[in-house]
Amino acid sequence: MADSAHSHTAGAHASGGSRRDFLVIAGNALLGVGAACTVWPLITSMNPARDVLAAGAPIDVDISSLQPGQQVLVLWRSRPIFIVHRTPAELTKLQSPADTNQLRDPNSAVLQQPAYATNWHRSIKPEYLVLVGICTHLGCIPEFTPQVGGNLGPAWPGGYFCPCHGSRYDLSGRVFQGVPAPYNLPVPPYHFVNDTTVRIGENPPNSTFDFDSVEQI
Amino acid sequence: MAVSQNKLVQWIDHRLPMFTYLDHELHEYPTPKNLNYWWNFGSLAGAMLLIMIATGIFLAMQYDPNTGDAFQSVERIMREVNYGWLIRYIHMNGASFFFIVVYIHLFRGLYYGSYKNPRELLWMLGVVIVLLMMATAFMGYVLPWGQMSFWGATVITNLFSAIPGVGKDIVTWLWGGFAVGNPTLNRFYALHYLLPFVILGVVVLHVLALHQHGSNNPLGIDRKGPQDSVPFHPYYTYKDMFGLSVFLIIFAIFVFYFPNALGDPQNYIPANPMQTPPEIVPEWYLLPFYAILRSIPSKLLGVCALFGAIGILFIVPWLDTSKVRSAYFRPVYKWVFWLLVIDVFALGAVGAHRPEGMWIIIGRLGTLYYFFHFIVLMPLIGWFERPLPLPPSIAEAVLKKRGGALAGAAAARAKP
Repeated sequence: MADSAHSHTAGAHASGGSRRDFLVIAGNALLGVGAACTVWPLITSMNPARDVLAAGAPIDVDISSLQPGQQVLVLWRSRPIFIVHRTPAELTKLQSPADTNQLRDPNSAVLQQPAYATNWHRSIKPEYLVLVGICTHLGCIPEFTPQVGGNLGPAWPGGYFCPCHGSRYDLSGRVFQGVPAPYNLPVPPYHFVNDTTVRIGENPPNSTFDFDSVEQI
Repeated sequence: MAVSQNKLVQWIDHRLPMFTYLDHELHEYPTPKNLNYWWNFGSLAGAMLLIMIATGIFLAMQYDPNTGDAFQSVERIMREVNYGWLIRYIHMNGASFFFIVVYIHLFRGLYYGSYKNPRELLWMLGVVIVLLMMATAFMGYVLPWGQMSFWGATVITNLFSAIPGVGKDIVTWLWGGFAVGNPTLNRFYALHYLLPFVILGVVVLHVLALHQHGSNNPLGIDRKGPQDSVPFHPYYTYKDMFGLSVFLIIFAIFVFYFPNALGDPQNYIPANPMQTPPEIVPEWYLLPFYAILRSIPSKLLGVCALFGAIGILFIVPWLDTSKVRSAYFRPVYKWVFWLLVIDVFALGAVGAHRPEGMWIIIGRLGTLYYFFHFIVLMPLIGWFERPLPLPPSIAEAVLKKRGGALAGAAAARAKP
């Protein structure tokens, strides 16, 4: 009786060390996986819910009454969207070197717009500009200030002025040098359903552009 | 004393002795070596409290405490919020399982005499926790703003109208209006968020009181020396974790396969202040008390009996006159205890049925027996009962059970 008990204890001791280590590590690993699986539903419940995502569907905007020189502001995915009907004079100014030399990113090199808006007018049709109206500095809404000169100084070519920290953009939403904002205003996916209706949130046919891929909103 | 070789732990512990404290309360803390699985339910209740607080905080982020939006916001949690259904079903069934665990914990205390000297305050703090839990659960049940929410709130708040003189004013004060309405829902939401943290505070006191004299045990005799106890950690931490695992499996079966088994379908109908549902039934854990309320054909006395049924638990340490703690050595009380359990189940069944025919008779007899047990049987049995001889110590009782030949091996293994 005593002998068998002794040999049993000795045997367990000789091989038990590594076996116990294995059990402890495997047990703790499983515990970690279980804890992660338990915590994940709680964490992800704070992500946008299904109805919030569904409310982010594309919207149609009628622009038939938008006159040259006017801007209309609409909401898409809780974000302000600028739709501007630019005048021929404003379009000419956007291409003048005196203007573009002062810009940080005049050729829209940074991914802040879909490929179909990577051009000097940053839009599908030159006269119609569509932008997400959120300053790339800290999220305020820049003011539509198309008048030349005025309070912003005689050199002001017309564009957007952010009242929060003084960032300036031209009438294509391109950011000027010497202001806190780092990037051009982002262009959302959009296309023209017909001549007077713009659909915001949906790419033109055969285009794939993921709005989440832009550098900064 | 060094708690750890780790320099950072030592640095912190020198300034904030939390590691010393934990070591003292977990590792050094001596626990009777003979605790059975009924002693798992205290830590299970603690785990349930944490689960309820965790899921509740995330539900609160999605819930709208407004009579116009509350019901829809709960349905939105079920359908739109990521894993909202899971979090709500855990919280909903968690309330039931919290009560199951706490009721078992309470009856364990009654069986093994855990409320006796020197653990009277420990017991009374426990009764405070049960009361707070009932208040919290009731207010939580109102939040989805279904038919049962609304009419349950109406009936329970109207209990206070039985108070002579000021009753009517108190009820109006509780409502914040002419009836249960938006102000009521708002304050219930605020209190439903607050009370769990009050419970947590009382739990801390409960555990402090527990650690003063340590756990009672199935034999109900005091620990006399180190041979009677094992350190809480690792012996009971692991036993508790094992028990928790088994418990969570049963809990998960309900959450995933029978999520609405313990609820009332009436509460999936939005609250309608113009129509009372055909039957008003509280959640199952309040049914015995509801039966007591309905059994007494007097408004004021019924309400007194309802609150008295819980209130009487406060004085149980003095109603029980027996010097022997554990029912294991009390041949009469042992049977009377099980009669009380049967009585409480019978009252639960009465509470679930319309007060008609034989249910009225059973309800009245059950109510009578409930109070008879505490007020008459407990003191009398203590005086007249002849308890069995107590073992000299926990260690001797444990070793005797294992058999003399294996005594050495059993002691070496130090099995709890």
